Amino acid sequence: MRGREDAGYWASLTQRVSGVLLALFLPAHFWVLGLAIESEARLDGFLRWTDSPLVKLAEAGLVVLLTLHLVGGLRLLMIEFLPWRDWQGRLIAAGGGLSLAVGLLFLVGAF
Amino acid sequence: MSARLDVWLWLAHRASGALLAPLIVAHLVTIVIAVQGGLDAAEIVARTRGSVFWGGFYFLFVAAAALHAGLGVRSFVAEHARLSNGPATAIGVVLGLVLLVMGGRAVAGLVL
Amino acid sequence: MASGEVTARIWRGGTEGHFQEFRLGYRHDQTVLDLVTEVQRRHDPSLAYRFACRVGMCGSCAMTVSGRPRWTCRTLVADVVDKGAVTLAPLTNLPVIRDLVADMTPFFEKWRKAGGRFEAGETPAEAFSTITHDDPARRAVDAGIECINCGVCYAACDVVRMRDDYVGPAALNRAWTLVNDARDAGGPARLAQVAEGGCLACHTRQRCAQYCPKGLNPTEAIAGLKRRVTAAALKGEL
Repeated sequence: MRGREDAGYWASLTQRVSGVLLALFLPAHFWVLGLAIESEARLDGFLRWTDSPLVKLAEAGLVVLLTLHLVGGLRLLMIEFLPWRDWQGRLIAAGGGLSLAVGLLFLVGAF
Repeated sequence: MSARLDVWLWLAHRASGALLAPLIVAHLVTIVIAVQGGLDAAEIVARTRGSVFWGGFYFLFVAAAALHAGLGVRSFVAEHARLSNGPATAIGVVLGLVLLVMGGRAVAGLVL
Repeated sequence: MASGEVTARIWRGGTEGHFQEFRLGYRHDQTVLDLVTEVQRRHDPSLAYRFACRVGMCGSCAMTVSGRPRWTCRTLVADVVDKGAVTLAPLTNLPVIRDLVADMTPFFEKWRKAGGRFEAGETPAEAFSTITHDDPARRAVDAGIECINCGVCYAACDVVRMRDDYVGPAALNRAWTLVNDARDAGGPARLAQVAEGGCLACHTRQRCAQYCPKGLNPTEAIAGLKRRVTAAALKGEL
C-alpha cells in the first residue's frame, strides 16, 4: 500500500470495518440496557464489571469506532451531495485525528 | 430488483446516516459527561425515567440505527460474501428487526 | 535518470500461469512498452501483448505494472523499477487472453449496459440545442469527455472486483457526459440504467481518479450521477 496515495482506500475500509463492528456491538449494548427492565440492580451489577480498566479501554475503542464512522460518513455525504471540492479528500486525516481525540476525552473522563 | 427500489434503499441509508449524525454527537457528549465518576444505573434511570425528550431521542436513535445498520450490513455481505441481492437483503432485514426490537425494549425499560 | 539492468517478471499464460523472468538492460528514456517489445523481439517472440499508437493516444497498452494499472507507453522503466525489478501482468478485473493481453469484452459490454450510446431522439434536426461555452452542463461534459476507454480505472476499482454487476468508473463517467449533454434524448431511462449495478455501488475510494492517465475524475462524475438519480427517484421519474 502506498500511504497517502491510498487514503481513500483506508477511509473506505475503515468505514466498512467500523460499521460492521458497531452493528455487531449494538445487540450487546441493547441487551445490557435491557437489564434495567428487570431491575436496576442487575444493570448496576453489570456496570460494576465495566469499571475495570480493560473494559474502559475497550469502551474507548468503541467511542473511537463510532466517531470514525460518524466523520467518515459525513465526509461521504459531502462528496455525494455537495459539489465536488478537492479538499474534501483531505478531510480523511482530520477525521482520524478527531476520532482519536474523542477517544482520549472519554478515557480522561472515565479514569 | 428494480432500479427504483435500489435508489430508495441507498437513499434510506444516506438519510438515516444524516439523521444519526447529530444524534451520535449528542450521544458522545452524554457519554463523556456521564462516564465521569463512573456509571451507575440510578444515575442513568434518573435522567431517562418519564422523560418525553430522552424517550423520543433514544427511540429515534434506535430506529435510525436499526435501519442504517441493516442497510449497511446488506451491502457488506453482498460485496464481501458475494451473496446475491435476495439473501443479502434477508440478512439486512433480520438484523434491522433484531436491533429494532432489542433497542425498543431497552428504551422502553429505561423510559417507562 | 538512471540507466541500468532490470529483471522483468512477465506474466505468461492465461488465467492460470506463472511469471517468467528476463534480465535486460534499460536506458533512462526507455518506456515499459519498449521493454516489452524488446523481450518479444529479442528474447521470446511468443510473448503476447497489445499496443497501437505508442504515444498515449489510443489507450490499448494498459497493463498492471508492479501492482498498479498504467499505460506502459507513458511509463518510464526508470520510474517504476524497484530493487532492480519490475513486474508486468495483464490488467486486473478482466479475463486474461494470453500473457499481457486482457480481454476487454466485459469492459465494453458494461459500457453499453450503462447506456454509453448517444441517443439522438426522434427528430434531431428539428430539436437543435444551442450550447454556450460557459454552460455549466457543458463544463461537466468537458471534464469527462477525454476518456479513451483504456480500462485503467476499471482495473483499479475495488468495487468492480467485489461486484460482478458493477459497470465501473469509465462507463459511469461516459453516462455522466451524456446526462449533461443537452442534445441527448436518453432522459430518465438513462438514469435508471446507471442506478442498478451502477453509481450507487461506488464506495468513493477514488482509485479511478488517482490512476486515470488522462487525469479525469470518474468519482466526481459518479457523485453527480448519484445526485441526479436520487432527484429523479424523489420526483417519481424512475
